[in-house]
Amino acid sequence: MTGLSIKNLSMRFELPGGDHVQALQDVSLDLKAGELLSVLGPSGCGKTTLLNIVAGFLAPTSGELILNGHKIKGPDAERGMVFQQGALFEWMSVRENVAFGPSMKGTPKKDKDATVNHLLDVVGLQDFKEKAVYELSGGMQQRVALARCLANDPDVILMDEPLGALDALTREKMQSLVLKLWKETGKTIILITHSVEEALLLGERLIVMAPRPGRIHKEYRLPFAELGVNADLREVKKHPEFGPRREEILNMIWDMEEEIMGGKEDAA
Amino acid sequence: MIPLIIYVAIFVAAFFIVTKVVQKAVPADYTSLKTVTFGDESAVRPNRAAGVISILTIFLMWGIFTGSSLLPRFLHAPGPFEGTTTFTYTAQVEGRAPDDATVTVVVHPRDVETEAPGVEPGDGFAKNDSAAIAQWRTGLINVAGNDEISKGDGNTVIAINGQKIAPGQTVTVEGGAVTLSDKGTPNFEPERGWQMEPLYLPSPEAVWVRTGEILRDGFRNFTLLEHLGYSLFRVVVGFLLGAAVGIPLGYAMGLSDWFRGWFDPIVEFMRPVPPLALIPLVIIWAGIGEAGKIILLFLAALWIMAIAARSGVSGVKISKVHAAYSLGASKWQIMRYVIIPNSLPEIFTGARVAMGVCWGTVVAAELVAAEQGAGMMIMTASKFQNTDIVIMGIILIGVIGFGIDMLMRWAERLLVPWKGKG
Repeated sequence: MTGLSIKNLSMRFELPGGDHVQALQDVSLDLKAGELLSVLGPSGCGKTTLLNIVAGFLAPTSGELILNGHKIKGPDAERGMVFQQGALFEWMSVRENVAFGPSMKGTPKKDKDATVNHLLDVVGLQDFKEKAVYELSGGMQQRVALARCLANDPDVILMDEPLGALDALTREKMQSLVLKLWKETGKTIILITHSVEEALLLGERLIVMAPRPGRIHKEYRLPFAELGVNADLREVKKHPEFGPRREEILNMIWDMEEEIMGGKEDAA
Repeated sequence: MIPLIIYVAIFVAAFFIVTKVVQKAVPADYTSLKTVTFGDESAVRPNRAAGVISILTIFLMWGIFTGSSLLPRFLHAPGPFEGTTTFTYTAQVEGRAPDDATVTVVVHPRDVETEAPGVEPGDGFAKNDSAAIAQWRTGLINVAGNDEISKGDGNTVIAINGQKIAPGQTVTVEGGAVTLSDKGTPNFEPERGWQMEPLYLPSPEAVWVRTGEILRDGFRNFTLLEHLGYSLFRVVVGFLLGAAVGIPLGYAMGLSDWFRGWFDPIVEFMRPVPPLALIPLVIIWAGIGEAGKIILLFLAALWIMAIAARSGVSGVKISKVHAAYSLGASKWQIMRYVIIPNSLPEIFTGARVAMGVCWGTVVAAELVAAEQGAGMMIMTASKFQNTDIVIMGIILIGVIGFGIDMLMRWAERLLVPWKGKG
């Protein structure tokens, strides 16, 4: 079977002094190949922990992850990662960064160059090929990060707030780019974000997580990602369902935050 | 005190002349348009004119107070007295009238041998005397030595130039001062003036001339370049060995908790021990030859490089490592393509510090014991009071130390252009 299947995932951190944090409790999720899932939730709901477990950087305390029929045991090139910022290798040029995955695999130079050139065209950075990555703007750097991830042709792309540090205009352009890449490549994508709008626009499926313990609170299937592939995202936002959904989710997260604050006051 | 006042005066005068008069027309670049400059560090740029004047002032001061021939005479501080002067003394013997006699003193430069001039003995029981005294020196003049009545028979000096004087007291005379010693003998001290004695501070041109001589003739069986070359050779070899061991050690400490646990106490203990404190032990163990010095410099560089490499590894952003793993890199590839390049800026910073420490340590080690080297040169010269060689050595040591640092910075810009850009 293809797709990603997360079964009864729990994650518990022991703290010094006998305390513990239940970062995730009994999280189950099935993702078909080619689905785009966005994950929302207040701080501390375990969404980054979930992503790190899927990436293979953390081993869960219990539960299992199956990707395309085999268990996930550690990081692997089949699961690519796009970080918020600062994960590019500043000692390499744009081209070398994008070529990193194929180089590690020992792909022949000809194939590698073809892949890199194609991806640089896709993300619109052909003219910046030989530049150092620190000479690029934040938006361009994230394009490099996307291209670098795609160059490896992973089955799943994990995005940890990839657009979080960008200004509003750049962010909008990048959101369109993510949708375009998703449609063109057919990759399974899990995207973590803090922005409700972004989660609605980019999530074919959207899960809202709740904290203490970290769990899936609510799940949506949304039409906006499919619409956004061919339309201006600002048009998509005018969709009659968009506003109400945004309000609903905002209120949901707002209530969770309130609860956390209230809980803290009780404890004090 | 006077030199300090002159220095401050030049500082203030140059400030006003340069900023208020000469630099009226500054280019209107971005920084010059900033209205808030006090407190904005980026708006403080070193004033080039101030830098040039500062260096010139040092040489000017040096010239003024050493009577340098590079400066016109009117700029010199008053020099020491030179020439012939006379004073009279009054001798008294009980039961006789006091008698005056003249003392003629020739004050000559130190390096010019001069005989005391011949003088007529004169009349009375006190006879005229003469003496030759070098500049900046003093001389006891046994005035009673040629008198008709000796000191033992009660001949005492009671006045100089007619002024009463007792043992321990001083009378100023032309070209110097006369102090009566405890035993009643006049001691003549020529006027010193404001200039430094060449023994303490030779003039700039004297240092320059001596540099030429040493460059031509060498010093203690080795040429100047050999002395400096030996010092540099020790630094480079010691540093390279220290880096060759320290960098892998630092990597191991950054990558393995066993290595970290094992070596942390050693490194943390050795780091604050100044390398100079190891000199005695190294001499006991390895003697004063090359081996001892290289061991010392190896130890000086080792801990610095190990700590630099360790912090270079710990400084790698975890997202970079995660990204590389997700792109399919193996451990070895992570090391080669992520950890090593990421730690290079830290290692270069460490290398700059280590080279500086090594250069200081080698000079100190050579001061203690060496056959050749920059430190040995200045230490030996100081034992023979060759202050010009000492100053030359200090200047050369400074220039080389500065050169090493410039070279390291240049290499850093060339090899790790991504420093601070992560």
